[in-house]
Amino acid sequence: MDSHANSQETGSAAAREDFADPRDGSVNIARVALDRHVESGHGVQVALRWLGKDGARRDLTYADLRDLSARFASVLRDHGLNRGDSVFVLMGREPELYACALGTLRAGLVFTPLFSAFGPEPIRTRMEIGGANVLVTTAAIYRRKIAPWRDQIPTLKLVLIVDGDGDAPEGCTALGPALDAASPDFPAVATAPEDPALIHFTSGTTGKPKGALHVHGAVAYHAFSGRHALDLQPGTIFWCTADPGWVTGTSYGIISPLVNRVTMIVDEAEFDLDRWYSTIQAEGVQVWYTAPTAIRMMMRAGAEAAAPYDFSSLRFLASVGEPLNPEAVTWSAEVFGQPFHDNWWQTETGGIMIANQPGMEVRPGSMGKPMPGITAGIVDRTEGGLRELHDGEIGELALRPGWPSMMRAYLHEEARYAKCFVDGWYLSGDLARRDAEGYYWFVGRADDLIKTSGHLIGPFEVESALIEHEAVAEAGVIGIPDETAGEIVKAYVTLNPGFEASDGLERVLRGHARKRLGAAVAPRAVLFRKSLPKTRSGKIMRRLLKARELGLPEGDISTLETDET
Amino acid sequence: MTPAEIRTIYLEELTRVAPDIDAASVGDHDHLQDDLELDSMDILNIVTALHERTGVNIPEVDYPRIATVALAVDYLAAAMSGA
Repeated sequence: MDSHANSQETGSAAAREDFADPRDGSVNIARVALDRHVESGHGVQVALRWLGKDGARRDLTYADLRDLSARFASVLRDHGLNRGDSVFVLMGREPELYACALGTLRAGLVFTPLFSAFGPEPIRTRMEIGGANVLVTTAAIYRRKIAPWRDQIPTLKLVLIVDGDGDAPEGCTALGPALDAASPDFPAVATAPEDPALIHFTSGTTGKPKGALHVHGAVAYHAFSGRHALDLQPGTIFWCTADPGWVTGTSYGIISPLVNRVTMIVDEAEFDLDRWYSTIQAEGVQVWYTAPTAIRMMMRAGAEAAAPYDFSSLRFLASVGEPLNPEAVTWSAEVFGQPFHDNWWQTETGGIMIANQPGMEVRPGSMGKPMPGITAGIVDRTEGGLRELHDGEIGELALRPGWPSMMRAYLHEEARYAKCFVDGWYLSGDLARRDAEGYYWFVGRADDLIKTSGHLIGPFEVESALIEHEAVAEAGVIGIPDETAGEIVKAYVTLNPGFEASDGLERVLRGHARKRLGAAVAPRAVLFRKSLPKTRSGKIMRRLLKARELGLPEGDISTLETDET
Repeated sequence: MTPAEIRTIYLEELTRVAPDIDAASVGDHDHLQDDLELDSMDILNIVTALHERTGVNIPEVDYPRIATVALAVDYLAAAMSGA
């Protein structure tokens, strides 16, 4: 394939192509993603083709997106916001979201996307940790999820409402009229390569979510990995189905595709089989990046459902979020004419680290091989540090840090950040093994985090919401295997005196959790126990709950003090 | 089964999957995902439950046809009458 003629390019070459402005060494993601293309004569190319839920279709060219992002930057400036201030966005996949992301970066502020289906609790926790100065959202989300506690976020200076034609709720500003009135002339701020650009939140096993900080210089790796893991080339019709509320939807749903001057398809609607197949055919999608849960739903519908459609435009298919089962790889090759290429990375790594890369033999069930310039290893924690394991042995997947899109900090959490690094390795928290040919295979999480429908969920956040309910004394939350979602969230609770276990209470607790956390995070089942297995220090042993749920060996239970009843 | 009975079953299963929703507040044209904020796993669980309650096997391609109470009542009634 001639498109891979430059596949000898390495990660260090990515570092050389750093997009620094020769005049002052600055790097601004918005300039690299938009202005650079407009200046080199590509302003008329469609950057973003938006498909509305109701069938609407709207094209934004690179010039349009540059101007709209400049207007958004002007709005921020006109409201007295400064470089380094924090902009949160909480909305569906509408064109304004993309202008806000790029306008925030253009103005030198820090962008944080949140998943719009989050309930009020996850939103509030993240806005507090991130010290949100600006929130961009819809009137409906604002009224339902934000207004009741807005006053308790003292850093919040400006709430911009994207819909409603100037009719914003009290204390908010309508974005549409503000954009119309703002100047479209706002050159990208000369941010330094190490200046903060993005904060993505990720769940912790204990404690609050962590805000992983990424810098403008990361754009070098977004560019490189888009080419080498996803085969993005100028003019490629590319559809990343991930929501920008998660890191995939930002790194590969906004930055990497624009930097590589592709035409992005953005679908406002959620997964709908016929709609997705029609979109590929009608838009001539060439590169498609999606998630195992969606692929498994397509498989459930069978090859017959796909048969009426023409998929001949597809050139490269990739999947991320959780391991893609081998059957899905084989099935996709039969149905779409191309196999899905699984890849692996994390919020912390900012970009794809290990991948079944274009032009490489796909190993169904494997996450692939490390990207050029990326050093991976399988390690075991020892008392003195780390020990590298041999091929075939199961251990923790680790990476040698140093690529441009690696996180630079967990916001306000130096100790937790430092714990990720041992002996010069970054420890991913995922267990894996490497085969003799250098392919990596996911085995499980080293901790209690739950991977469900491509989202990483921290049990602590779910447990905290459950024990807020007056009936609940204690809660332990685990992930249990599910053929469609990978894992689903399941909770075990003990009750306070005066409350009896019942189907009615089970529903009340799930309803309570859904209201606070949103459907994606809340448990799908709540089980009642008289007591939960705990250590001497009173820590609930989630590992033991899970082993028993799955009928697995209980392992070392020497720290068990109180058992489950 | 009458349309009223189907409606009752649908709302029972909807609120079993999503107990944060009050059945009385669900409008006939409220969309499961867009208005009621269900996710795709919720939809699968509703489909499974409706199959158990009505015997109707709902293939993936037909999920949009049960996305509101009004749509689902028509769809399930037609399926049960063998249309």
